[in-house]
Amino acid sequence: MTFAAPGGFPWLTVLGAIPLLGALLLALIPAGRDEFVKRLALAVSLVVLGFAVAMSLAYDTHKAGFQFVENHSWIRQFGVHYALGADGIALVLIDLVAVLTPVVVLASWRDADPSADGVTGVLRNRFGLGSVRAFFALLLSLETMLVGVFGATDIFLFYVFFEAMLIPMYFLIGSFGGPQRSYASMKFLLYSLFGGLLMLAAVIGLYVASAHELGHGTFALAQLTKLHLSHQVQDALFLGFFIAFAIKAPLWPFHTWLPDAGAESPIGAAVLLVGVLDKVGTFGFIRYCIPLFPAASKTFAPYVIALAVVGVIYGALVAMAQRDLKRLVSYTSVAHFGFIAMGVFAFTSQGGTGAVLYMVNHGLSTGALFLVVGFLVARSGSRNIDDHGGLAKPAPLLGGAFLLAGLSSLALPGLSTFVSEFLVLVGTFTRYGAAAIVATTGIVLAALYVLIAYQRTMQGPLKAGLEAVKDLSAREVFVIAPVLTLIVVLGFYPKPLLDVITPSVQATYQLAHRGDPAPVAASPPPLAAGAQK
Amino acid sequence: MTALSTHVLAPAAGGLLRSLAAAGAPIKAPSIDYKGLSPLLIVFAVALVGVGVEAFAPPRLRRPLQIPLAMGGFIAALVAVVLLHSRRQIIAVGAVALDGPALFLEGSILILAMGALLLLAERSTDSTGGALVASPAALPGSPEAGALLLSRETTTEAYPLMVFSVGGMMLFAASNTLLVMFVALEILSLPLYLMAGLARRRRLVSQEAAMKYFLLGAFASAFFVYGLALLYGFAGSVQLSAIHDAVAQTGKNDTYLFLGMALLTVGLLFKIGAVPFHAWTPDVYQGSPTPVTAFMASGTKVAAFGALLRVFYVAFGTSRWDWRPFMWVIAILTMVVGAVLAITQSDVKRMLAYSSIAHAGFILVGVTAANNDGLAGSLFYLLTYGLTIIGAFAVVGLVRDGAGEANHLARWAGLGKRAPFIAGSFAFFLFAMAGIPLTSGFIGKFAIFSAAISGHALGLVVVAVVTSAVTAFFYARVVVLMFFTEPAADGPTVALPSGYTAGALGLGLASTLVLGVLPGSVLDLAHNAAQFVR
Repeated sequence: MTFAAPGGFPWLTVLGAIPLLGALLLALIPAGRDEFVKRLALAVSLVVLGFAVAMSLAYDTHKAGFQFVENHSWIRQFGVHYALGADGIALVLIDLVAVLTPVVVLASWRDADPSADGVTGVLRNRFGLGSVRAFFALLLSLETMLVGVFGATDIFLFYVFFEAMLIPMYFLIGSFGGPQRSYASMKFLLYSLFGGLLMLAAVIGLYVASAHELGHGTFALAQLTKLHLSHQVQDALFLGFFIAFAIKAPLWPFHTWLPDAGAESPIGAAVLLVGVLDKVGTFGFIRYCIPLFPAASKTFAPYVIALAVVGVIYGALVAMAQRDLKRLVSYTSVAHFGFIAMGVFAFTSQGGTGAVLYMVNHGLSTGALFLVVGFLVARSGSRNIDDHGGLAKPAPLLGGAFLLAGLSSLALPGLSTFVSEFLVLVGTFTRYGAAAIVATTGIVLAALYVLIAYQRTMQGPLKAGLEAVKDLSAREVFVIAPVLTLIVVLGFYPKPLLDVITPSVQATYQLAHRGDPAPVAASPPPLAAGAQK
Repeated sequence: MTALSTHVLAPAAGGLLRSLAAAGAPIKAPSIDYKGLSPLLIVFAVALVGVGVEAFAPPRLRRPLQIPLAMGGFIAALVAVVLLHSRRQIIAVGAVALDGPALFLEGSILILAMGALLLLAERSTDSTGGALVASPAALPGSPEAGALLLSRETTTEAYPLMVFSVGGMMLFAASNTLLVMFVALEILSLPLYLMAGLARRRRLVSQEAAMKYFLLGAFASAFFVYGLALLYGFAGSVQLSAIHDAVAQTGKNDTYLFLGMALLTVGLLFKIGAVPFHAWTPDVYQGSPTPVTAFMASGTKVAAFGALLRVFYVAFGTSRWDWRPFMWVIAILTMVVGAVLAITQSDVKRMLAYSSIAHAGFILVGVTAANNDGLAGSLFYLLTYGLTIIGAFAVVGLVRDGAGEANHLARWAGLGKRAPFIAGSFAFFLFAMAGIPLTSGFIGKFAIFSAAISGHALGLVVVAVVTSAVTAFFYARVVVLMFFTEPAADGPTVALPSGYTAGALGLGLASTLVLGVLPGSVLDLAHNAAQFVR
């Protein structure tokens, strides 16, 4: 891995510090100034977004490797560094965080209002830390940790953010979630902690291995990727990292916490949870598993692909059977994470690039779906599909938004998700043809679950009791419009993202000493070539 | 004979020495390095002055005198420890070690004792005037005992008792012969047996705790002495370095060594609360007054681990291949049993007791690493865990209802709504014990696990990691109760702490956070200290 020289403006530190300072500021505001709290939170998240845009413009797409590098000694005794840096993969995911946070803040505007209690089941502001300022402070501190987790280039630092970000999410689900929030938050925390602790053992194992080889233990990614680990060690450490990321992503069969957490989270937290936080898992595959343990990644790749394909089909089938809209969206994500894992472990630059692009697009499209479902639930007071029907008539904007979000989830050509899904399937096909073919049926199933849900909620006769449903308010339009716009724009013009992502993905796979397979037609078998002579 | 007696008995029996000297050739009086002993001397002197205060000062002056006296003694002793920080030698005719681990542990014990003293001094939380009963001998249920419950009177003997115990703890961690170690064990234990029975409320449970602790503790001491005797038979000396030399020689009778080692270890494992010698822990933690529990959970653990580390690294260091498998089993048992049984607890003090058993298991992982990193990690873990648990018990002491502390976990439901700061502090301590990053608990776990992996104990670390996940379950369950559950209608109130408890709580919070974010300086101290002298 190549790193630019440290120094220059500390972009990533400042980007992470702004929301943290905002969160502290919010926590200090006396109770009862809720309107001010919301505005401040929105302002802070918009400043972060502006800053992230500026940082993206400063990113040099012609240089491979890590930019915005910072490196300071943190815990000298363990060789831990406060080391940050962003390559193309990290940059686009940080941008995703920066885009979704203001959307989430705005979307939670009414949810966080104590008077808006009752039917929504979204935020019932009665318990514990359950105050408006706590909600937004937790959201902003989560943003800080997400920036840190994507920007860390020291595995110890990564682990710190990886584990610490559980806590704000735990409180967001537990304090502000639906009726089963205790159970869901507990399940989320324990699954993640279990995976994280296995990873801790692997992180320490890697540290000790580096101490054996280099004479001094290190956590720096740049040095760790150069280690010569034996195959057994690689396999053991790979599994430690992989299980943690597979739980986080979540990959089948480690997914069972996601439907609960997704369904019980308040909408804003659900968007961040499924849209961004879970991406840490797939990000970990490509950032840590493959460069650190190239041999083990090759050994395990067929198995991972198999799990991923099962996840694609299983997630889609189970999603179809859901009556609860939020659980439905959660299960569709299990299918989408299968696609992403497949692309990462196909070891082709198309597959990898597609997978990273898929991470961004999935964040946008699932975010949009969750937001629309949130609007829907806020109107009807129910998460059950059967309680809805014919809503497109009184609320055409809502119906349109649902349709567009749904279509992006099933990867309709012309929307951004199509590009990534296509790339992943093509990239997988060149190496694992059968897996790609089976996964393609997942697209058909996706059409089924999306359209059935749309049909039952939006079309048909208007359900009794929903006559008075209002269409999207101006605030809600402001919430959903930017996300949908991005989905459409990136569907037609994904080049800026691809330009950023592709070199970094190629550099990652080069570390694993595995290039693209040659196209079938262009490589006549050597034997035949010899025979012609 | 004279050579033997100077070797064995000099520190304990100066009188005997003089009578022997009178019988034979003149013996030079042993030179005692009083400066090197100054931390211990200060603490014991303060304890004696405290006894004098109890004897001569009028009752109303005792409390105002005892608290500053004890605190001043701890501070002075800590200053003495700091002044001695570079010394590395054996002093007092081979009886006391003055080395890195001893000084680090003495300093740790003093800091923890200050925190526990602050809790003990608190009397504004309970309307009746503190956690201690004025006359512990009164028969529970009798009218006299009922009157005591409401009286403003309290016990002040607890302060000198505690100072004695602190002195014993410091000596326990620093003693270089098994005989002095035994004496120190008794000095630290006897006051604790008494203090366990001093709870103002729930007198029967408290007396049961004291009785149980005393009987089992006496039993453990007997094991220790028997082991000591066998080791003396093996090595011909009770000095740790002499035992080390004897172990290194071949041709000795190993039976005495292993029997003695096993029996001695039983005595030590009892004090740290390792499975299968843990049975007393939950009962004693539950029955003792909460400040005393905090003191035991932090100070005793540090001292006992200090002695255990010294015995195993100094005396048995060369036979580590013999004891490591045994310690592996103990460590695994301790972690698993502590973590699993903690899940079923419904009383917050019992839960913390079982959690302290699991944490003893984690520290044993560092002990079995048997390398300097393991030693440094264990030292760091002991200090940080002690500070965290003092903070946690400070919170336990504040959550009260009409009948005193509301220790039943179900009563803590919705505490986050009533007292967000106190509940948030407790959640922070629990997350630290669960090993979440940005707390000292995480750094401690990391130090110990990395030492164990570099000591080729990967299997042990995997067990430790899985156990950590189990412990996280019951810690998180308390957070769920406090923050995600509806408050009970007649739930407990949170007493407004006076400066004492606030100080202990602040000490716990600040140290848990600072040592989690910037642990460098204390890690440095621990690493520099991680070398025993022999």
